[in-house]
Amino acid sequence: MRRSATSLRRRLTWTLIGGATLLAVLFFLVVRTYAQQIAQQSQDRILEASLTSLMDAAVVRDGEIEVDVPYAAFAMLDTAADDRVFYAVHQGDALLTGYDGLAEGPFDPAVGLDFQTQAFGGAEVRRATLTRALPAGPAPVLLTVSVAQTRDSLAGTLWAISVNAALFGGAFFVLASGMALWTSRSTVRPLSQMAEAVARRGPRDLRPVVRPVPTELSPLVTSLNSLMTRLSASLTQSETFIAEAAHRVRTPLATVRTHAEATLMRVDKDENRAALRSMIRAIDESSRAAGQLLDHAMVTFRGDQLERRQIDLVGICRELVDRLTPVAEMKDLELVLIAEGPVEVQGDPILIQNAVRNLIDNALKYSPPEGVVRIEVQRDPVAIVVCDEGGGFPAEQMAELSQRFQRGANAGDTVGSGLGLTIAQDVAEAHGGRLGLANLDEGGACATLYL
Amino acid sequence: MRNFVSVILCLWAGVLVAAELEDRQMFHGEDGVTLRVLSSTDTDIFAPILEGFIARNPSVSVDYAVAGSADIVTLIAECGDCFDVVISSAMDLQLKLANDGLARRLPGLAQQGGSQWRQSVFGFTLEPATVVLNRAAFKGRPLPSTRQELIEALRANPEHFRGRLGTYDVRLSGLGYLFATQDARASETFWRLMEVFGNLDAQLYCCSGDMIDDLASGELFVAYNVLGSYASTRPETLDTVTIITPEDFATTMMRTALVLDSTDVGGAAEAMVSYLTSGAWAAQDRPGFPLPSIGDADAQVLNVVSLDPGLLVYLDRLKRELFLEAWSSALLR
Repeated sequence: MRRSATSLRRRLTWTLIGGATLLAVLFFLVVRTYAQQIAQQSQDRILEASLTSLMDAAVVRDGEIEVDVPYAAFAMLDTAADDRVFYAVHQGDALLTGYDGLAEGPFDPAVGLDFQTQAFGGAEVRRATLTRALPAGPAPVLLTVSVAQTRDSLAGTLWAISVNAALFGGAFFVLASGMALWTSRSTVRPLSQMAEAVARRGPRDLRPVVRPVPTELSPLVTSLNSLMTRLSASLTQSETFIAEAAHRVRTPLATVRTHAEATLMRVDKDENRAALRSMIRAIDESSRAAGQLLDHAMVTFRGDQLERRQIDLVGICRELVDRLTPVAEMKDLELVLIAEGPVEVQGDPILIQNAVRNLIDNALKYSPPEGVVRIEVQRDPVAIVVCDEGGGFPAEQMAELSQRFQRGANAGDTVGSGLGLTIAQDVAEAHGGRLGLANLDEGGACATLYL
Repeated sequence: MRNFVSVILCLWAGVLVAAELEDRQMFHGEDGVTLRVLSSTDTDIFAPILEGFIARNPSVSVDYAVAGSADIVTLIAECGDCFDVVISSAMDLQLKLANDGLARRLPGLAQQGGSQWRQSVFGFTLEPATVVLNRAAFKGRPLPSTRQELIEALRANPEHFRGRLGTYDVRLSGLGYLFATQDARASETFWRLMEVFGNLDAQLYCCSGDMIDDLASGELFVAYNVLGSYASTRPETLDTVTIITPEDFATTMMRTALVLDSTDVGGAAEAMVSYLTSGAWAAQDRPGFPLPSIGDADAQVLNVVSLDPGLLVYLDRLKRELFLEAWSSALLR
């Protein structure tokens, strides 16, 4: 057996879950990065506004810069986390007012608005700095304003957003994983349903699969159906061939047998008579085998399209016993039918008759002379038991005996093809029953046809 | 023990030559740690609170030092680890201490947003700036209830009030400066009032206590921006003065406490701040107790100075120069 390839469903599930994980992580990172940018931008905008209002409050008087800091310049920097605020105003490179060391010169008006993240006062701060040249007398005065703020509120906002993004990402992952499991299961389901439907079929059921299947599966189903059609056609052909061949062989054999018997009447020499007898015996055997092959082909055919009718088993058995009694008497055997009243079942009368005849044939064949063959029709469960007083089935072979062309080891020189039990078993199975074989303690064997 | 305190005081005197401590007293617990408090509130007013604190925390002794609110900043700058807790009425200076990273954050204290800043500066009283009048000086005259009415009353009788007006010298008093700057923010009426005060040769004081003393003695007729809570300290004063909370707006400050980051007795210091903000001290039945708890006052009618970085504005060197210039030109002429 080939090593089984990886499961489709498992591969689908893991691919989907892997995708979901990737998306969740990506979502988290994108949201976090974006939030960081937005939060930083909004802090920068407020710092800029504060800085602008400080800048606007500056005037040059007698060459000296005067800054009348508006209250709002710092009040607007109030945050939920009460961030610390630092500022510095430089004239040229000299600190005019504010916190020393917040910004260092030289300052250049060409730089424009400059944002820096730096350490100050034992904390990480975001600083905005702007330098402007104010006209004053002969040479302009350089005014530099810096406003800085710690990043506690920013960190708080980011943390809150990160937690939310993580929760959303996690929820998305869980949801997507659940959907992945569901999707893979429902995708693979038609496949397993089809496999189950095909597996449930009987050994001879070669009808094409007609149930609706997903588009992706239809090439497979089409190929399978075409394969089954060809297989079915080839089986039918060979069955037909066997039946035809058996039929064609039987008729000339009958002619040959008649001639052989006529000849036997006429010859007197013992060795010639012996030769003729063994010839007749071989012809019987061939004829019987051809008959059973025909029976088997018919059972196979009728079993596939079983035609159920109300039938009486006792009636069938009685008719058979009547028909076969002359044959039995030729062997000094007695056929006994044990049955009470009619036992009615739904079934194919021709098949059942065939099966019982084969069983009685077998019993007649293996019974010692002067013996009795009992045919019993049981009511509960419905069954037909055929018992003989022969040597019984070899115990170790009982399971194999009903296979085609299998004969018991004790068959010896008894005429037979090995098809009798097979036919009985096929008929039983076609009716939803089975064939039971048993040896009797007091000698003899029983074959039971359960229907 | 008294000797021990004296030794300590001598040591302190040696260390802090320029300290300008107005007072220093030891409140003894049973044993254990000593908590050094630097405060702008007079010892006799704060003593009941400290005793209440020690009753709850017997293992803590409190070394209580008093200095002007402006001096407190200098003292801290000179010796950062000489104190554990700072209590001051000058909110702006307290906020600046925290902004400059000198205050310890106390995340364990539950305090509503507006009355704390950065979990370091905690407000525990609400005290409006009031106008206190000598009742005798206004005999037969209607009592002014707004700044505008006060201006009109003063203008109607300039000679009666000349030299009899008092207010904070904002150059010396941190609280006076806070009140003046917040008044100036709130209304132009402040400047008109200051001009009237200047014209009538107003007296300048360092502290609310001195103004109330002079009002009680009849030296002053009107004192502007006095802590009304102080005026009600002494029952005998209440017979001679009337405390008016201006109806146009009443600038109201929070007395705040903070723990210096350099402290070695963080637990005791946090316990002190927690005790102050819990309002447990205010729940004691002491009629006429001067400090209204933050929970008592009807804050909606009051113009409460908010604890936000805006307070840093008037502490700016240039801004302060400009403000003092304007104040001087109005009052000192």
